[in-house]
Amino acid sequence: MSKGFLEIENLSQRFPQPDSNEPMTVFEGVDVTINKGEFVCLIGHSGCGKSTILNVLAGLATPTDGNVIMDNKEITGPSLDQGVIFQNHSLLPWLSARDNVMFAVRARWPHWNKAKRREHAERYLHMVGLDDAMDRKPSQLSGGMRQRVGIARAFAIEPKLLLMDEPFGALDALTRGVIQEELLKIWSETHQTVFMITHDVDEAILLADRVLLMTNGPHAQVAESVKIDIPRPRERANLHQQEAYYPIRNHLVDFLVNGAKEMSARAQAAAARGDDPRHSPRVVNPGKRESHPEPGPRMVRAV
Amino acid sequence: MLSNLNFRATVLSLVMLVVFLGVWQLATAPEALVPHQGELSEYEQLMGAGTDRSSSSGIPAPTQVFSHAFSELSNPFYDAGPNDKGIGIQLAYSVYRVLLGFALAALIAVPLGFVIGMSPLLNKAFDPYIQILKPISPLAWMPLALFVIRDSNMSAIFVIFICSIWPMLVNTSYGVASVRNDWLNVAKTHQLSNLRTAFTVILPAAAPTILTGMRISIGIAWLVIVAAEMLVGGTGIGYYIWNEWNNLDLASVIFAIIMIGIIGFLLDASLAQATKFVRYAD
Repeated sequence: MSKGFLEIENLSQRFPQPDSNEPMTVFEGVDVTINKGEFVCLIGHSGCGKSTILNVLAGLATPTDGNVIMDNKEITGPSLDQGVIFQNHSLLPWLSARDNVMFAVRARWPHWNKAKRREHAERYLHMVGLDDAMDRKPSQLSGGMRQRVGIARAFAIEPKLLLMDEPFGALDALTRGVIQEELLKIWSETHQTVFMITHDVDEAILLADRVLLMTNGPHAQVAESVKIDIPRPRERANLHQQEAYYPIRNHLVDFLVNGAKEMSARAQAAAARGDDPRHSPRVVNPGKRESHPEPGPRMVRAV
Repeated sequence: MLSNLNFRATVLSLVMLVVFLGVWQLATAPEALVPHQGELSEYEQLMGAGTDRSSSSGIPAPTQVFSHAFSELSNPFYDAGPNDKGIGIQLAYSVYRVLLGFALAALIAVPLGFVIGMSPLLNKAFDPYIQILKPISPLAWMPLALFVIRDSNMSAIFVIFICSIWPMLVNTSYGVASVRNDWLNVAKTHQLSNLRTAFTVILPAAAPTILTGMRISIGIAWLVIVAAEMLVGGTGIGYYIWNEWNNLDLASVIFAIIMIGIIGFLLDASLAQATKFVRYAD
């Protein structure tokens, strides 16, 4: 296996169950590699442990087994190297938009003076189009603007890895579209490594270089790594005119509707037999016609 | 202008005041003197019934109270011996005791509440004591305080201290314990030290709850100081009321009651104003 920027190795999460001695296995044996500058989306049904994986990457949760290595260092706790954007903006409500970003900048570069912090914060707020709203408190901002402040705050600390947990889940469709494009813009300027959880297939296709697909829990696995073979810069308006768009979209939807459940049943049977659950996601590229895989059930590779 | 709610409320308030004062004045007017039947009891004689007083009940008319108030307020800080001090001096003693007791309580309750709120272990360990100590009437501590401290003034301050500490302690620990997990995660992902987290995230988040506790505390402290000073005597508005009752000077008593209300209102309003500075909309 080639050494990537971020190595997730044999990651497993089990929780004790109140009514049995057997722990509940949320996911197990997850091996994933993410390269520097890559934008990776993770899709899966509710309860498969997506957020747990993200919290492990953020250092906010400790996995039962396995470890995560970023830039040759193991992640053992939260740090400024991992920026996190949560679904519910999580801005500090007593600070203005500018002060919220400056709060993060100060944590990152404590020796900077106030003018420098302010300038840095305002640059990122400008990138997300909030020039006129910097002095407002979060309660005076719309849901979309709050999420923009959250994005500016996360990008402003220039983390090695940016983690997003369904950042646009609480927004209406129109706002979501606008902010997705802003996110694309700011990402193309900074080329952050991004790991993002989403429920929205179209969002994943628009944003990601690669989409990781998770089977249903318990014993969830990261079954596939789907390459999004659509050239950048991408635009929402003409995304569906791209040749690769529909094959990719069909593949993702098919997985979520059928594959996730069937593969989950197989993984649970394998776990019952006691097979080694460690696995790497199968690499697929539905956008390339010749490698278009047959829809329907397929074996999960056990390493 | 009549459609303005504030204006209409003001007019209604004034009407109520005029009606109340009118009824009071009429009820205490000399014409209302009811012819007395039979001999006066000892109590009635003590209360001044049957004497030449202008009122049937012994209760002064509002005009008497106001003229008394005017003379008291025109010279509030005179000092003519231990039993004759101006109302300003008496109130100042009471406010001083309340503020000192309250400040000492805040000095202990806020940091302790902070620690209790941050630690589920301490929260559970302290809880039974807080629950049992909280409902004790602060005046019940008075004999113990007098015995241990051997100083009536300090005992009154201790009583204020013990009654102000509980609302602040409970509110601080509650406010700190219920800081949103999101905000704590923000502190964690930004690698803030515990001290910085406490001051830049937890304190501003819990400040409105803490100040609400302070507001409750100072309200209770002002209620308790009157009773405490009636017990310990010497100085203060509580002693003043009791002294004037012994002098049967009901005009002074009523005047003091009104002053207690006004000062209590000002104490509460100043903390309400402070709450405004730390309040945030979520």
